[in-house]
Amino acid sequence: MTKIEFMQGNTACAEAALAAGCRFFGGYPITPSTEIAEHMARRLPKMDGVFVQMEDEIGSIASVIGASWTGARAMTATSGPGFSLMMENIGYAVMTETPCVIVNIQRGGPSTGQPTMAAQGDMLQCRFGSHGDYGTIALCPASVQEMYDLTVKAFNLADRFRIPVFVMSDEVVGHMRERIEIPDTVTVVPRRPLEKGTLPFTAGADGVPGFPEFGKGYGVHVTGLTHDERGYPEATDPALHAALVERLVRKVEDARHEIADVTLTQPDAEIVFITYGPPTRTVRQVLHDNPEKAFGHLQLRIVWPFPEDVLGAFPHARAFIVPEMNFGQIAREIERHTCVPVKSVPKLGGELHTPDELLAVAEALR
Amino acid sequence: MRREVRFSGFGGQGIILSAVILGRAAALYDAKYAVQTQVYGPEARGGASMSAVVIDDEPILFPKVTHPDIYVIMSQQGFEKYGADAPEEAIMLVDSDLVRSRPACVCREIPATAEAKKTLGRAIVANIVMLGALVTSTGVVSSAAIENAVLDSVPKGTEELNMKALQRGFELGRRGEA
Repeated sequence: MTKIEFMQGNTACAEAALAAGCRFFGGYPITPSTEIAEHMARRLPKMDGVFVQMEDEIGSIASVIGASWTGARAMTATSGPGFSLMMENIGYAVMTETPCVIVNIQRGGPSTGQPTMAAQGDMLQCRFGSHGDYGTIALCPASVQEMYDLTVKAFNLADRFRIPVFVMSDEVVGHMRERIEIPDTVTVVPRRPLEKGTLPFTAGADGVPGFPEFGKGYGVHVTGLTHDERGYPEATDPALHAALVERLVRKVEDARHEIADVTLTQPDAEIVFITYGPPTRTVRQVLHDNPEKAFGHLQLRIVWPFPEDVLGAFPHARAFIVPEMNFGQIAREIERHTCVPVKSVPKLGGELHTPDELLAVAEALR
Repeated sequence: MRREVRFSGFGGQGIILSAVILGRAAALYDAKYAVQTQVYGPEARGGASMSAVVIDDEPILFPKVTHPDIYVIMSQQGFEKYGADAPEEAIMLVDSDLVRSRPACVCREIPATAEAKKTLGRAIVANIVMLGALVTSTGVVSSAAIENAVLDSVPKGTEELNMKALQRGFELGRRGEA
């Protein structure tokens, strides 16, 4: 039995986290993500969970990393300025291979920018924002239902790959209320525990080590320094560092086809829209209102790792139109993988592209 | 059929809550689809606040309101920012004591704040009076649906006051039709 609700995106995110077994939230409130913290603060204590309002966002992500090492599913939620503050410890989570979920309800930047308006301006920051090389996963919901479903998925992916996973939503979906079907139970795939006799950072065939949960008898050294398979610092061995970083990148990038989550519409089309997040809704309206024009559409629910092979699913494409609520961040990634001309349609200012605007762009290319 | 409703007033009047209640009525009690969105600034109170609801029999693709059919305007600043460009075929409900201007479209003058203060004793339920008037003057959701949605959304102990406000709104909305 599913339950029908009329729910805000941020509330759906918090409810999904609880359903997925999240029992720790460390955060610092910031518009337009605050409702997630508020909802977790109300709900977690009644579910034997822990909510901590930290002193800032660096502390928030640090608390989440600590909670995760006790075996808990842990998350934080923030927006632009808070996300920037988290960058250093996001790298620490990457290097220590700590599963956690970071929700970014994107607003207009740079700096404090537009606190109450929507943007998708942090899409490259979530991929490259912390120093050094690493692989990452970013999910982008286009509806309140997808906010729920993708938040659950984010926890499973974080545990599967032992990485921080980003739910890169925005003010449109975070604050929008709409009809949602909440399932009785959700699929929870727990972390693979460390096998007896295996060193704590010896990876399996998939590049991911088993997890030695604190309090289960393991003695593990956890450090942000380059470390050997025991977890001990070894920061001057070039080959060891190269192998470690290559594994951190490859465990995600090599699995990108398995991770990919896309919807293809009209693969025979010549004019194809590519979207993630709210512009998806605008494009669906354009396709619905203009069936005779036979536009194609690729929705990416997971943007990172980028599933470049899916571009080949539109063999007749003459143009890829990429509407984004930023200055063209993912359009650049698409250009890197295709010879088809890419038309970036950036929109800044906090408002979603309208169907008329996107139809005009497509008509000009016909 | 897609219908777009835009609410505007000043922060603190319950403009966003009005839209949430309307969306809830449509989505949970009239078996339709609804999306509610909003625009607000960083101010806590005052300032023009706007919220919007799309209601449709089919799933809603584009979630934002671009061409409202129905306006509910509860402040002069709200009218100027979000109501002045209403097309002629739209219908607008104005809180007649708080909005001086009148639109070019069909206009229903609803003395919601005055009624809320005088008859009901609490200005805070003016938005519920407006919702009642909205329902009987446009039929955008059913009376039963809005009643249920109001009851879901108001604090315990205020149900009776809010139901009275809604009923008063129903009457004021019907009166406008004549």
